[in-house]
Formats: sequence, C-alpha cells, structure tokens
Amino acid sequence: MSQDLTRKTASELAQLLATKEVSAVEVTKAHLDRIASVGDSVHSFLHHNNESALATAKQVDELRAAGEPLAELAGVPIAVKDNLTTTDAPTTAGSKMLEGWLPPYDATVVAKLRKAMLPILGKTNLDEFAMGSSTEFSAFGPSRNPWDLERIPGGSGGGSSSVVASFQAPLAIGSDTGGSIRFPAAVTGTVGIKPTYGAVSRYGLIALASSLDQIGPVTRNVLDAALLQDLIAGHDPHDSTSLPESLGSMADAARAGLQPGSLKGIKVGIIKQLTGAGFQAGVTTRFEESLKLMVEAGAELVEVDCPSFEYAIDAYYLILPAEASSNLAKFDSVRFGARTMPEGNPTIERVMAATREAGFGPEVKRRIILGTYALSSGSYDKFYGAALKVRTLIQRDFDAAFAKADVLVSPTAPTTAFKFGDKVADPLAMYLNDVATIPANLAGIPGISVPIGLAPEDNLPVGIQFLAPARQDAKLYHVGAALEGILENLWGKRMIDFANELKGI
Amino acid sequence: MSDITPELVRHLASLARIDLKEDEVIRFTEQLALIVDSVAKISNAIDASTPSTSHPIAMSNVYRDDVVEPSLSQEQALSGAPDQAQGRFKVNAILDEE
Amino acid sequence: MARAELMDYEKALEQFEVVIGLEVHIELNTKSKMFCGCRNDFGDEPNTNVCPICIGLPGSLPAVNRRAVESSISIGLALGCQIAPTGRFSRKNYFYPDLAKNFQTSQYDEPIAFEGSLDVEVPSGKVFTVAIERAHMEEDAGKLTHIGGDTGRIQGADFSLVDYNRAGVPLVEIVTKPVYGAGAEAPELAAAYVRAIRDIVKSLGVSEARMERGNVRCDANVSIRPHGQAKLGTRTETKNVNSLRSIERAVRYEIQRQAAILAKGGTITQETRHWHEDKGSTSAGRPKSDADDYRYFPEPDLVPVQPSTELIERLRAALPENPADRRKRLMGEWGFAELEFRDVVNSGLLDELEAAVAAGATPQAARKWYTGEIARLANSLDKDVSELAITPADVAELAGLVESGKINDRIGREVLQAVIDGAGNPAKIVADRGLEVVSDDGALIAAIDAALASQPDVLAKIREGKVQAAGAVIGAVMQAMKGQADAARVRELVLERANA
Ligand SMILES: [Mg+2]
Ligand SMILES: [Zn+2]
Repeated sequence: MSQDLTRKTASELAQLLATKEVSAVEVTKAHLDRIASVGDSVHSFLHHNNESALATAKQVDELRAAGEPLAELAGVPIAVKDNLTTTDAPTTAGSKMLEGWLPPYDATVVAKLRKAMLPILGKTNLDEFAMGSSTEFSAFGPSRNPWDLERIPGGSGGGSSSVVASFQAPLAIGSDTGGSIRFPAAVTGTVGIKPTYGAVSRYGLIALASSLDQIGPVTRNVLDAALLQDLIAGHDPHDSTSLPESLGSMADAARAGLQPGSLKGIKVGIIKQLTGAGFQAGVTTRFEESLKLMVEAGAELVEVDCPSFEYAIDAYYLILPAEASSNLAKFDSVRFGARTMPEGNPTIERVMAATREAGFGPEVKRRIILGTYALSSGSYDKFYGAALKVRTLIQRDFDAAFAKADVLVSPTAPTTAFKFGDKVADPLAMYLNDVATIPANLAGIPGISVPIGLAPEDNLPVGIQFLAPARQDAKLYHVGAALEGILENLWGKRMIDFANELKGI
Repeated sequence: MSDITPELVRHLASLARIDLKEDEVIRFTEQLALIVDSVAKISNAIDASTPSTSHPIAMSNVYRDDVVEPSLSQEQALSGAPDQAQGRFKVNAILDEE
Repeated sequence: MARAELMDYEKALEQFEVVIGLEVHIELNTKSKMFCGCRNDFGDEPNTNVCPICIGLPGSLPAVNRRAVESSISIGLALGCQIAPTGRFSRKNYFYPDLAKNFQTSQYDEPIAFEGSLDVEVPSGKVFTVAIERAHMEEDAGKLTHIGGDTGRIQGADFSLVDYNRAGVPLVEIVTKPVYGAGAEAPELAAAYVRAIRDIVKSLGVSEARMERGNVRCDANVSIRPHGQAKLGTRTETKNVNSLRSIERAVRYEIQRQAAILAKGGTITQETRHWHEDKGSTSAGRPKSDADDYRYFPEPDLVPVQPSTELIERLRAALPENPADRRKRLMGEWGFAELEFRDVVNSGLLDELEAAVAAGATPQAARKWYTGEIARLANSLDKDVSELAITPADVAELAGLVESGKINDRIGREVLQAVIDGAGNPAKIVADRGLEVVSDDGALIAAIDAALASQPDVLAKIREGKVQAAGAVIGAVMQAMKGQADAARVRELVLERANA
C-alpha cells in the first residue's frame, strides 16, 4: 500500500483521503518512507520537515473525523523550493550566505499551503539564488535526475523536479525566472507551469529578478498542477505586482481538456524561431509526433514568426543580472545571514566585501558583476535600457502571434538532460538551455511544460511547451491536459510510469 | 569588442562590495567579455523610438491604506543577526580611523 | 580638525557671486511607514517598529502608502508644482549599514511633482522667487549609533549599532533650482526658504514639521564664482543642517571659507560637508567620486504612480491658504502694526488668534490675551498654548466680558486661570464666583464715604485741588470691594463725593 500511495497523483490521493480510504498520516508516512529509501542518491532536499509534516497530517485526520470542511488537497504532501521563506524550516536559497537562516515569516504561498493543510515534507534544492539550469550551482551539492543519476535534473528547480519524478512527493512548489520550473520538468518527465506574472504572490520568494520571477506548480500530471495553482494563486496586497483579478479555475480547465474532442478548432501556433536547428533530433521527433496527434484530435496548426526572439536571451541576461545585483545587495552580514571577518580590525565596508566574496558562489558573483555593469553610468542605455526596449519588441511579437493562434508551442528545451559538468564551465552554453522558456518571462505570459515521451537516442524525457496570452493560464491547462490524455491513451500508461524502474533508487 | 578590463571588473566588484580574488578578476574579465560581446547585439534590434517595458504586466496605482499592522518583536527582528547589542544590530566601525 | 581660514564676509561678497541650492527633506506624519505597515514612530525601543519589509529580509516586498502619495501631491500643489501624470519609484543602489536593502527606494527621473516656485521674504523685506525643480517621494534610512572612540562620532568609533525603526519612514525631498542674485542675503534667504517650506507643510497637516525633531532637514548647496564669470563654481553640499539659525550660519560659513580658498588661488573640492553646531563650522565628509554610481533603475516591485485628475483636483481644492498670503491678509484685516503682527507670528499663535477673532473677539483683545497672559501661563506650565484647556471661544468670551466692563483685567486673569483649571467657561466662572464688577453706585458711594471719613487729611487735599491724592482713597475702596469695581468709575465718584 505504502509503495502504491507514492505512485498516486495528488488528485487521486485527495479522493482517497476524502473517502477516508486512507488517512493523511498514512499518505505522509508513505512519502517519508520513500524519501528515506531514496536517500541522498537524488539529493532533492536541503531540509526535511518530517515532524511538522506528520503533525499537519494528524490534524487533517482529526478535522476530517470531526466532519470539518477541508481544502481539496488537505493532507496531500508537498515539497517547497528552498527559496520560499518558512518559519519552521531554514531557508537558504541554495547559498552558503543563508545557511541555517530561520525566517521570522512565511511566504504567502507557504501560508496558503499551511491554511489548506498540506503537509510540507521539506525544502528542495536549487542553484544558488536560483541562478542556473542544472542545480550544479547549489552551494550544497547538485540534485540528480532520477532517470539517470549521472545527469542533471534541470535547474534551478532541480530539487522540486527530482522530488516529484522520484515519487518523494506528488506536488512541489517551484519558481521560474527564465525556465526554472519548465526546464527541470522537461528533463525529468514531469509537469511544470509558470503562471502569468502576478497570478501567484511573490511575497516571501527570495527574489532573483523581480520582474521575471513567478512561483508555480511542479507535479506529475496536468490536473494536479491545476489543483495546486488554484490553491496558491490569488491577489496578495503584500505583492504590489500581484494581479487583482481571479483567473478562474484551472482545475475546471484541465478537466475540460480531458474530455474527448477538446482540441477541436484550437489554433496552435508553432514559433518559427523555436524549432529546427539547434534542437536535439529526438526532441524534434517527439515534438512533431505530438503536433501530429493534436492535429488528429482537431487542432489547427499555424506558423508564427517572432523575429525579436533572436534577442531574448541577450535581453534576459542583462535584465536578470541587473535586478539580481540589486536584490542581492541586502546580503551584507548586518541583519541576517553569514558574516566573514577579515584579519585585523576591518571596517564594516571590508566585512561586507569579505562576506560577499566568501558567501556567494561563482555564478552569483559573475551575474552580480554583469548586472552592476549593465546598470552603471555609461553602459545603462546600451545594455539595461536597451534590454527593456527589447522586452517591448518581444511582447509585440507575442501580441501578433496570439492574434493568429490560441496557444503557441515549442519544445521546452533544446536537449534532454545533459551530464554533470558538460556546461558548467561555459556560461553561454548553459544560458542556451533556456532559449525557449525565457521569452515568456520577459513578456509575463504563462507557460507549461508537459512530458511527451522519451527521445529515441537516449531514452530520456522530452517536454513540450505551450504558451498562452497573459491571464489565460486556463488555456494551458486545457490544451496540456488534452495532449496528456491523448499520449496516455497511446502509451497505455502515464509518462512517469516509464520511469517505474528508476535505476537504483 | 567589449571594453571589459581587469580594472573595470575590480571597479564593478567594489561597487558591488565583493572582495574578488585576483584569479577571479582574470576569469570574470574573460567570461564577461564574452557575454558582453554576445549581448551587445541587442542594440541592433531597437531604436530611440522603441518604448521600454520595465514591468511585464502593465498596472498602476497599487496602494495600501495608511494602516498600522503588527511589527516583529525586537527578538524576532534580531533573530538572524550575526551580532547584536542593546537591541540593535552590531557592525564594525564604518570608517577607517583617521 | 583645524578651523578653516575664512574671508571677511563683506569682502567675500565684493569679490564673489553666491549661488545656493537647497534640498529639504520633509518627514510625513503618516500612521504607517512608506512601504510597510510598521508604525511611523522612531522614538520607541530600538527595532520594535520593524518588519521583514523595512529591515529588508529576503523575500519581502514593498507596498506604497496611499496617504504618503496624497501628502506628496499636496506638497507639490502647495509649491505651485505640476503633478506628474505618471511617476515611478526607482532604486538608488549603494551600500551603507543603515540602508536595510542596500538600496533606497526613491523617485528619480519621474518625480511626483516638478517645476514649482515659492516667494520667500527675507528680513529686509525683499521678496525672492525661489524656483523649485522637483519634489519626490523616498524612504528614510535607519539610525546608526557610534560607540567608543570620540564621543559618538563616526570617526574612530569601535563599532556601530543600527536601529531600523526609522527605516522606511516616508520622506518628501524638495529640491530647488540654483538660486542666483541673493547676494549678501543668501544666508537669510536660505533660512527664510526653509521656514516657508516648514510653514507650508505644517499648514497642510502632512508633517509635524518640527525641525528640532528632524521632521524638516536641510542640505545646503553653496558655490561662489567671481563676479562676471559665466561658469558656476564648484559646489559643496552641507548635510543635515537642522535649525533655521544653523542654515543661515552654515551658508555664511561656506561662502567665507570658499572665498578664502579661491582668493588664494586654491580650488574647491566637490564634497559633502558636515555642519557642527557647537563649533559653528563645517568639515569635509566624503568627496564625490566615480564611486557615486547609484545605478538607478525602475523599482520592479512597485508599479507606476498615476494620480487621476480627480484626485489632484480634490487635493487642490482642499489646500489651505498659503501661509505667507494668509499672514499678509490677516495683518491687513486686523490693522496691526508690523511689530505687533511679527510678535504674533513668532509666538506661533496665528491660528488661535484667527479663531478667537472669528468667535467675536476684537483682534487687539485676542492679541493682548494670547501673547500676554495665556503665553505666560503656558510658559510657566512648560506647555504649548495649544495644550492648555482654553479654546479661542473662551478667549473671545473673556475679552467680551472685559470689553463690556463686566470684569476688569485683573479679574480677567483670575478667570483665565480658572478656565485652565477646568472650572468652566468664563461667563460661568464669573457668575458662579460673583466676580462681576460692582456697578451699583449706592454700594460704591457708601464705601467711598467711609474711606473719605477715615482719611480727613486726604479729603482736605482733594478739596484743595490736589486731585492725585484721590489715589489713596481709590485704593482703599477697591480693596473694600475686593477689586470688583471699575476703578475709573470709583475715581469719578470719589471726586464727586469729596467736592459735594
Ligand atoms: Mg534623496
Ligand atoms: Zn516595516
């Protein structure tokens, strides 16, 4: 039973809990057992929260026994990326700078999880301050891809993707600044969504780049993601960029997508700039297969042209470091976090500089310096200022594309999971992983990555990305669930079942 | 070609309050030069008339009412501090002795 | 720190033209801080009015205080500024331990108000129009205390302590354009300008406006150039000069110091300078350098401020009369002499006087009572006049009682004390205590006759025409009547009875 429970989706677990076929304590224990047996081989967690997770589960069981109304996902365990503040667990953002820091407040999303009583199993690993695509830049060692432990689980949210892919939790929270939810989802055969900017409150998310960051669900199927977005989304007065309006029920959209014929008449725009050259052969094979299946199900394909996407990565690698250089200035050893004391009787200026030298890893320092450059007098107009203008062009490209199509589509990533060390020394190569995911962050629109099978050449997961206009996240859940249903019919099993015999774990 | 020199990297690091080691200065100079050369092409995409987008979703006039909300306790506020004294955050002296 | 060489002021003005520029920071009196719900009160125990936002904890985000925006617009309107249809916040990036995020959230290239002007009168009576470049919103920093070393100074301290109660308190910074042509009166103009700003924000009710508490702070930019030179001289910025008198002194000092340097062929260093109240001098702070690269960029965590026309017009309609205009108007209406009026203004009792006059007092009577007995009572109680339990209506009533002869001045003072002690309003006190002047001639005549009878020598003198001798009888009568008699009437009757 225990083994079975960890193979269930969140919606299945919610059903079993609602009908009292299992207790929340049983469900949580099953996942804690699974976490223990997976051990450090995947290294998804930076902190385990067993006791408080069990306490929440026990409370859910008691309230259910008493007939109290409960949230739909009450008692379904979840893992939270370690860049969201939690009062009962250290929050490190994957950085030595924050090792052991216990925040005095909960992130809004964490508060919502607590209110709905999802047992929080622990905090998941990430590239330091979410800067990276592989978790190799975590100060606490990388997470591994459950499909192949020699490969990266994607980044920055490799902890969350690997947790879900290795059945340590059915749900996880991620954050996506340029693809940090969607890229890990693609390379681990899981589902990841970056909602519309502002759909989910950023309050309590340790900022990487404020105008790009967005929190979203990481799950094993589309409906679970929808249930989780419905739970964490909504206006928050603590986040001034939080959308005031509701975007409707994502779960309803996913369920509608699962109905036969749901793709009839839907116009799917293939982004010319995000297909073909530069994409691994097996990725393209699976991508084209999915398109064919969608057409067979009644969808209509159109090609859309987004010429400014050529500059998206460049604009992104100016805006992100610029905002990050300012966001990370607060790590100065005065109010919280690590402090490094140089020899002698140093001034506070020197203490700060020594602390930041010792506390930040190489990628963080590289980006802070780059961002400082992009904002400094003399280069602002040429770099940061120009990047903000490119952002306008990218939005215009999207506007034109969405005039022709309901959703846009591309592979989520150019390749399947690569091996550790392959790109770590070459920042530009590493940055290219995000070529397909970055435009959505620049424009603030929502994007989903759905697994579409294995690349024939390496038997590793491939993801497809759908993009929708701002505030129309529901379209992603509709189309994503529809394709997922078609593929599961084709395969006779779920994507994640391909991974049932995960090597050695 | 970019104008990234070791002197510039040192200057940027001092603006960013990072006490870079000399080997980092050299490595970052090389890497930043490559990155900057690569990103510099964005100026081809735009002209003076292109408007800027600083926020992905256009909104304005988001305010909170002037209402007092509970603060942290002094103990909570200081809970993460590397050093403290007299209810305050303690730091080394600010200027070099003259 | 050696005292700098100074040139004689007159001589400096003969050789150089003075240009000043003023940056005034106004602390708004909102209930909560600029970007968080912490109490806007930094006198409390250290680090008790703080939260994740104002101590810059990771993950926290700012949210703009609506009232702070409205107060800023009101200030802009009162200074004749245009209000920007779109403004935004930026980040000013620099490291300093009192700055919780190591950037200040401040308006930069899109201030909420710009292009205003203010007419400022200096003591000589000359009026200068000071052009205002901008007024923008920003947040205050925390408070540093330097421990050890030389008595709390930053130099030589062993360590420093930071209290963030003040971090995030809303400020409006008002920046003038360069002010030319004030000549020898530049120091007076600087002080008069700050005073005018203080009066305006006080009349708007947007700030406590108490300079001694730092609610109004001034940074004074001073540069000089030889007469006839087109290029501006290098300026210095003297920081945080926090009283009107020090502003005047600091500007004068900088003129004399810079003149001495230039006259010797030296050059002025562009730098911030600190004003030392005790020594009456400034000293060099940090020189401006390339390192002052603040890397401003639009604050991504806050959205633009776009005040609607309706809001602006509502705030414009609610503006009080400009304090200077009001003073001019009241002086005319009341017919005070210049000196009398300045007395009232200096005692800060204009509001009270105006209210008492509105309640029926004559301006002169209101002035007499407020600047006289009431001010004296407040002073003796170490209180503000506004803190005394006496309303302008009470004062008007009291003045009316005296005017109509129902009580005299001495009784009036007694009644005043009783009002402050909570005994009720003046008419009630007079009635309750039977303080009304005895105007019944019968009772007075009886007392006078008795007094004359007991002092025959005085009576004789009066009859001889020595009228001044009547004083002794009047005194005795007043004493017998316990002061409740109109002294003038008593005098009349004494002379009448003596010569009868
Ligand atoms: Mg300022
Ligand atoms: Zn606060």
